[in-house]
Amino acid sequence: MSTAAVHSLWTTAADPISKIDAPKIEYGQLSPTLIVVGAAVVGVLVEAFVPRKARYYAQMFVSVVALAAAFAAVVALAADGYGTTKARIAAMGAIAVDGPALFLQGTILLAALVGLFTFAERRLDPEAHGRPVDSFAAQAASVPGSDSEKAAIRAGFTTTEVFPLLLFAVAGMLVFPSANDLLTLFVALEVFSLPLYLLCALARRKRLMSQEAAVKYFLLGAFASAFTLFGIALLYGYAGSVSYATIAHVVDGTAADIDPALADTMGNDALLLIGTAMLVMGLLFKVGAVPFHMWTPDVYQGAPTPVTGFMAAATKVAAFGALLRVLYVVLPGLRWDWRPVMWGVAIVTMLGGAIVAITQTDIKRLLAYSSIAHAGFILAGVIATTPDGVSSVLFYLAAYSFVTIGAFAVVTLVRDAGGEATHLSKWAGLGRRSPLVAAVFAVFLLAFAGIPLTSGFAGKFAVFKAAAEGGAAPLVVVGVISSAVAAFFYIRVIVLMFFSEPRPEGPTVAVPSPLTMTAIAVGVAVTLVLGVAPQYFLDLASQAGVFVR
Amino acid sequence: MSFPLLTATAALPAVGAIATAAVPAAQRTAAKWLALLFSLATLALAVTVAVRFDPDGARYQLTESHSWIAEFGVRYELGVDGIAVALVALTALLIPFIVLAGWHDADPLETGSRRWRPTQGFFALILAVEAMVILSFEATDVFLFYIFFEAMLIPMYFLIGGFGDRAHEHGEQAAATQRSYAAVKFLLYNLVGGLIMLAAVIGLYVVAGNFSLTEIAQARADGSLDMATGTERWLFLGFFFAFAVKAPLWPLHTWLPNAMQESTAPVAVLITAVVDKVGTFAMLRFCLQLFPEASKWATPVILVLAVISIIYGALLAVGQRDIKRLVAYASISHFGFIILGIFAMTSQGQSGATLYMVNHGLSTAALMLVAGFLISRRGSRLIADYGGVQKVAPVLAGTFLIGGLATLSLPGLAPFVSEFLVLVGAFERYPAIGIIATFGIVLAALYTLVLYQRTMTGPVKPEVSAMPDLRVRELVVVAPLVVLLIFLGVYPKPVTDIVNPAVKQTMSDVQKKDPRPEVEAAK
Repeated sequence: MSTAAVHSLWTTAADPISKIDAPKIEYGQLSPTLIVVGAAVVGVLVEAFVPRKARYYAQMFVSVVALAAAFAAVVALAADGYGTTKARIAAMGAIAVDGPALFLQGTILLAALVGLFTFAERRLDPEAHGRPVDSFAAQAASVPGSDSEKAAIRAGFTTTEVFPLLLFAVAGMLVFPSANDLLTLFVALEVFSLPLYLLCALARRKRLMSQEAAVKYFLLGAFASAFTLFGIALLYGYAGSVSYATIAHVVDGTAADIDPALADTMGNDALLLIGTAMLVMGLLFKVGAVPFHMWTPDVYQGAPTPVTGFMAAATKVAAFGALLRVLYVVLPGLRWDWRPVMWGVAIVTMLGGAIVAITQTDIKRLLAYSSIAHAGFILAGVIATTPDGVSSVLFYLAAYSFVTIGAFAVVTLVRDAGGEATHLSKWAGLGRRSPLVAAVFAVFLLAFAGIPLTSGFAGKFAVFKAAAEGGAAPLVVVGVISSAVAAFFYIRVIVLMFFSEPRPEGPTVAVPSPLTMTAIAVGVAVTLVLGVAPQYFLDLASQAGVFVR
Repeated sequence: MSFPLLTATAALPAVGAIATAAVPAAQRTAAKWLALLFSLATLALAVTVAVRFDPDGARYQLTESHSWIAEFGVRYELGVDGIAVALVALTALLIPFIVLAGWHDADPLETGSRRWRPTQGFFALILAVEAMVILSFEATDVFLFYIFFEAMLIPMYFLIGGFGDRAHEHGEQAAATQRSYAAVKFLLYNLVGGLIMLAAVIGLYVVAGNFSLTEIAQARADGSLDMATGTERWLFLGFFFAFAVKAPLWPLHTWLPNAMQESTAPVAVLITAVVDKVGTFAMLRFCLQLFPEASKWATPVILVLAVISIIYGALLAVGQRDIKRLVAYASISHFGFIILGIFAMTSQGQSGATLYMVNHGLSTAALMLVAGFLISRRGSRLIADYGGVQKVAPVLAGTFLIGGLATLSLPGLAPFVSEFLVLVGAFERYPAIGIIATFGIVLAALYTLVLYQRTMTGPVKPEVSAMPDLRVRELVVVAPLVVLLIFLGVYPKPVTDIVNPAVKQTMSDVQKKDPRPEVEAAK
């Protein structure tokens, strides 16, 4: 019985006579995650045993192969019908292998692959000591401004730990949206969060800001995790199980058996409501929804830009996936309780993100607030509680992640003596000096703004349509109003780039290696293809829109 | 399958835009000729469309229909009725003139990087706008229409913000600031309108289940699709708001004077003579067909707004010191007439409105382009800076006068026919409104003639004494427009023949459920 995985642990402890069955693990169906975890471990070994000179290439090779292989595994599973007819719950009830899980895993893997290219970029920063360096700290352990840091920079040190860290984060993200019990959910949350906290602290330049961002992210993230864990505990108290299916049955009042040990608390609605609130709070923290968004601007600004891009895209995908599964699989019976609250969250997120973004003067903070507004739009699709809602959210996430990674990749190119020139005033006249880069960034901004013929429009239309059909027409109205507000600041950047005079001491646009070029090109291609011919991907998302229960 | 003529008409300028943009930075002249070539070829296709179109045939002709985004129920559906044919032809006709008139508008002055190619960009953007405008005239799928209705804002925005008059009374820096202000204002107004329409488009989908104009209109007509009165009104308002911003209708008009003032004359023509027509066209095609009941419900308010537009635009035009702003306010007044004709709900009114769209395009183009030539000679947009030009440059002054007289609807010139039809149509049902609107014509005479008098007559100002007359390129632009204005003024039949059956159809859509005796009498 898969539905009683953890439950059975509880009872076996009380009853030593019955044997613990060896768990049955479906290695094939879990292969995407396993490949990435395995590669991350290999990456750690590479770090330990491969000579320093060869590490960069070895790490690149391992990471690229792992992500590509994992993606191939996802595609193979989907082609085999695991996304639709053969959808099942694997690993003793811990992991769901179904349409949304596979779709999101595929998106995360592709986003990670593109993100990896920006991680590996080594041509943007000027060479140190004749060696090309990347955007990560020369020696993370040295105190900023200290002699040892200076020595490390002079020596042209580069660290390659970022690759295994990225892979660990990806592994956690792969599990997060497919977790089918609350403990797995929590473990996955920690597995992808901890490497991200570290990665945030690793910027080569502006290290204090980077470390500050990491500390903020870590403290607030730990806080949110604690909430999540407490919520899980309360839900366990309520349902006597951490399995999604069992909790859903208890919520519906169709539970088969009642655990005698938990008879006092089981079915206590206070536990259910408080537990749900805390659990959802933790997830909303990860997606960056108002009022749990405070970390977003600081972390986005302080983290090394490749990390920001990856995090903004992949974390959002994983977290929305988990949120969808929790709300649609565990708590459909509680719909009438959580929908009004989520309405409120979606409205303040859309409006809050869009309005506060207007006042931003730093491009990374601006994109951070824009990501908050986008979280609000996606929430509108989540609230629809229809199959269309699921598929529209899946599509939106796929479209959004590539725009985001591409946009942050462009941010890494615009540089002056102090590294990336992220202050908006420095972007003035960029269109005169580097028309191509400015045009590409304009495409991304137009996609964020949801202008037709870009992926942003198709995604926005999908979620708004789902919301309207799901009876949330007022959300659509708020959505278009905040889109209009948001359009203002995207356009402001375009005005700045194209219609302002370039500053004489303005930044230059670094010529990147083919790695970053690929990342940006993929971003542009996906943006335009999903904008002009979204049919195939919408089909895919709609086929993948059914959760296994 | 037959040759997709409508797609080709829109695709050709799109291809031209890409080709023009791809011309190397040094080959500016080649880019210009390429753009001109593509615009002329598009005109040839548009003429073919007009010839192939049978006014007495089916309502939508040359139709194309392909599956596009099945998930949203969106199809790539094109088809033209008489109104669309007239406007596609107008668009394709005006673009070559706009290209020719703007021949030197985007020659680079300032130094950019070697890859900075403003000239190529300018002409590519014009062709891109043309492609999108033509597609939005041809689309019979609401979603398809919406996409191009919105997307055309982006090239338009770059045209307004990126290219302006060299001459500016406050210097280059101030000019750039005001230009980008005008461009942002244009974009925000239209984007807000468009986003509100997006909510209505989604609402329409929820109610109707697909986006096909013909299917929904059919279902509305035979009663199989019943909308609640409230729903229909909200959806109508969502659509109408976007179109009223675009058209523009008072009080949503304030972006137009800024945009026209700051952009170069050819771009100003592009805005008012081509792009804005999509707004009035869409009222006729989408508002009336999809929401007939709500259209009738909203008619009194819209008519009042239209009359305010007519009078307010004309009054403000009288008071302008800037030539381009004057033409902008005159256009607002004329759009008031067009909207008045559409919502008077009589066949004269709607025929007149459609004809008005064409004629206003021609007359504004003539007036504005000549004004642009004038401004480029003197380097000032202020009326007070001119005087006695007709003694120095008689041909320029003469064509300017004809453009001006067309604007005030002098009998014998094309706009007179349409304005007369609109007023007759309005008068039949709403005499009071017709009477007030007539004052718009009086004011039009005032602002046009005063403009002419101040700039062209009187003593020759020293600054204009050396002003050259129209050059060959400029004559090539102006002469055909003048000929057309006179021809259509004397013999409007070619246009009315194409337009009238379509107008009758639209009328019957609106009136079918609620025939009003006055209309029967009028027919």
